[in-house]
Amino acid sequence: MTGERILMRNFDRPDSHTLAAYRATGGYAAWAKAQGMEPAAITEEVKASNLRGLGGAGFPTGTKWSFIPKGHTGPVYLVINADEGEPGTFKDRYLLERDPHALLEGMLIAARAIRAATGFVYIRGEYVEPWRRFDAAVREAYDAGYLGKGFDVVVHRGAGAYICGEETGLISSLEGKKGWPKVKPPFPAIKGAFGMPTIVNNVETISHVPHIIDRGGAWFAALGTRTQGGTRMFSVSGRVARPGVYEASVAITLRQLIDDLAGGVTGNGRLKGVVPGGSSAPILRADEIDVTMDVDGLRNAGTMAGSAGVVVMDETVSIPEALLVVARFYAHESCGQCTPCRESTGWIYKMVRRIVEGRGRKEDLDTILDVARRGAGTTICAFYDGAVGPYLSYIEKFRDEFEALIAK
Amino acid sequence: MPRLTINGKEVEVPAGTNLIEAARRVGVEVPHYCYHPGLSIAGQCRLCMVDIEKTPRPTIACNTQAVDGMVVWTETDRVKETRRSVMEFHLINHPLDCPVCDQAGECWLQIYYMKHGLYDPRMTDEKVHKPKAVPLGPHVILDAERCILCSRCVRFCDEITKTGELGIFHRGDHSEIGLFPGRELANPYSANVVDICPVGALTDRDFRFQVRVWYLDATKSICPGCARGCNIEVHTNRRRPHHAEGRRVARLKPRYNADVNRWWICDAGRYGYGAVDDKTRLRAPSRREGEAVADATWEEAIAAVAGTLGRLRPDELGVIASPRMANEDLFALRRVLERRGIRRVGCRVPPREPGDEDDILIRADKNPNARGAALLGLDGDAAAVLAAARARQVKCLWVFDHDLLASGWPEASVEQALRAVETLIFTGPNANATSERAHWVLPSAAWVEREGTYTNFEGRVQRFRQALEPLGQALPAWDILGRVLVALGAPAAPPRAERWFGELAAAVPAFAGLSYRSIGDAGQAAATGPA
Repeated sequence: MTGERILMRNFDRPDSHTLAAYRATGGYAAWAKAQGMEPAAITEEVKASNLRGLGGAGFPTGTKWSFIPKGHTGPVYLVINADEGEPGTFKDRYLLERDPHALLEGMLIAARAIRAATGFVYIRGEYVEPWRRFDAAVREAYDAGYLGKGFDVVVHRGAGAYICGEETGLISSLEGKKGWPKVKPPFPAIKGAFGMPTIVNNVETISHVPHIIDRGGAWFAALGTRTQGGTRMFSVSGRVARPGVYEASVAITLRQLIDDLAGGVTGNGRLKGVVPGGSSAPILRADEIDVTMDVDGLRNAGTMAGSAGVVVMDETVSIPEALLVVARFYAHESCGQCTPCRESTGWIYKMVRRIVEGRGRKEDLDTILDVARRGAGTTICAFYDGAVGPYLSYIEKFRDEFEALIAK
Repeated sequence: MPRLTINGKEVEVPAGTNLIEAARRVGVEVPHYCYHPGLSIAGQCRLCMVDIEKTPRPTIACNTQAVDGMVVWTETDRVKETRRSVMEFHLINHPLDCPVCDQAGECWLQIYYMKHGLYDPRMTDEKVHKPKAVPLGPHVILDAERCILCSRCVRFCDEITKTGELGIFHRGDHSEIGLFPGRELANPYSANVVDICPVGALTDRDFRFQVRVWYLDATKSICPGCARGCNIEVHTNRRRPHHAEGRRVARLKPRYNADVNRWWICDAGRYGYGAVDDKTRLRAPSRREGEAVADATWEEAIAAVAGTLGRLRPDELGVIASPRMANEDLFALRRVLERRGIRRVGCRVPPREPGDEDDILIRADKNPNARGAALLGLDGDAAAVLAAARARQVKCLWVFDHDLLASGWPEASVEQALRAVETLIFTGPNANATSERAHWVLPSAAWVEREGTYTNFEGRVQRFRQALEPLGQALPAWDILGRVLVALGAPAAPPRAERWFGELAAAVPAFAGLSYRSIGDAGQAAATGPA
């Protein structure tokens, strides 16, 4: 089930981040090919690949590109989301560090498809080494003449806010403003960065593009499921024998990922729950892991593929304590713009903390569930819905653990 | 123009109209905090949710434009539930200190809780604490705990004044409004943020703790602070005279007028009413002989003034009218001038300092009715009148409002002119250096103590209403002039400002066809080209 490594094919080479190594393994050949293609043909190839956004939302990439208004004559921007802030996710950093030219080549091709002359790469502030590696690759690409001839890349470093990984929060931050998500409509493809049509794609998503152009959309589509093509990189952490980043088909099951790739559950060896797609994804119980890891497979299982950050918890893990960590995170990272999210992330954190500290009240659990449900879907961005995922699923699926703490 | 249906009522609205404004047109109020028609859309408070048919869940009305065929419901069960939830979120960290909050009584948290909240409180944890009683500038003070972070004040400073003093700092439920480092909220329009703050977060340092808002009466008026003629409300405190140290005018608030000032007024206008209740008010007619000043009755004063006007030759009489006088006053004055054939009349007096001006509201001309004076033919330069007085050609000089000694003219030459006349008459609401030299002082009512009209710099005639009784024995200037007119032998004078305006409209072509009724609350253009 592990199959061919595409994104990580060069990761084992110590010089994989250099232009020389990238070219030696066929790098920039896809860009040469794409230059002979009409922009619309590139988009069609990506549509045919069933590539879906790998940053979290899982939106079909080719479709997104096609939203750029026809006949727009001003600038169009390509923005790469390298903010990678979803807890449990650490894949994009590897791509920036170990194969930065794959991203640059993907950007060149994507920019041709959407007719962008400028690409911004928004790199998470804490990612110092990935930034250094990527920045060096940008300089190499300029020196080699890939960049600077109709397409320029601007590297922008974030300042440490989770919300700046949200598409429009990122755009606000890039524009020099507070990283507040923007009300939609207008959507970024119509009016994005600096008021211009903008496509925001994740690092991993765009790193796939050279391979799709090189080997064809149909090849890529065949690697995955009916509705999502290709492989993706799973960040596996928690109570497993071999935590790390694994590339596999999106059709792999969660059980295969844990047992076959990550070496199985450690701790007491018995699985309690798994968060399959970063902290915003609802938790799955041990008996719910025979699901494929593609966007629709996990959606049908009541959770989400998200950023493919897989957090494994064995039976020794306290779910209320895990929720406390998550609730603290969302209370700390809520941008504060929309009232339901700003107010209830803090409130829910206080209630969870009280429960974990043994000061819980009988009505607290129902209050948390009610507050979370009431706020869901009422905000500008998906941040709060991302917080509601764990609030609801941790309590609904492991209610006895919370009640035990309250009864004490 | 899209046609849509709101709560079963069809309405056609201009393209680009959002659902809050479209609902207003059919008399439906969509509750909201962050939306303000004069500012950009923020979409943050999440209160203005409505149901749109064929959309999966309630949508914010502020950021949704009306579309042809759209079917909107504002009172579905799930919309009401969403509102209740959003109200609860707005209030969980609110200090609920209404008993000591100036906003109480006009607070949208109170109003919407009663209309749309009414849940049982569930929040029992410690609330978030934030800075309180933080002065942001000369006029505005912040209580960050009361703030609901609607960002209206921030957007006002970014978009209207473009001064950008305010921001929202920190994140999550620790977010708070504040000043950028080194800044002060001291722009010329700063106190508008108090008006647009829907809660008690930003309050007015001048009004703070003075009087409860439910004791106030509101009267429609016009700001007399410059030639713009911003529409305002005068809020007066007649029911609790022991509050606010006896100040009868508690505050001025802007009143929306799409063509004049929209939602705003400047700080200079807002706080420019101090003279109404201050110690310089002239409360009774008075006569000065030498250094001795004695109160007189109106009968004595009118008889003396009319006697002087009647006794002297017209070219021995001079009048300096004022662009602070209402159209009605100026027209009554014109009748007096006509009756006695007085030609030495001026109105314009140069200010000592040139007035400030901007491209928002503030006009350099600090008089409310210069244009009205011009349309009435009374806008002559007063310098000639004063020169004639200095040359002892004028024996009686009647000055309205002006303090000539505080004008742009050299004080010594004014002093010389005032000393040269035999009889100096002063009419105005407040004492000044000129009135102190007058032989007769005829106190006039302040603008809030009477009704009348001003014509703004664009030729728009606007009404102001009476909010208070005149202080002491003061009378509206038109009344003083009417009495003089009768004493000079006229059969009668109009008994009300409205009747004076009727005579004015009949006599002066620019005002033809205008009446108090047609002017209404929003004003009406005089028949004239731009100045």
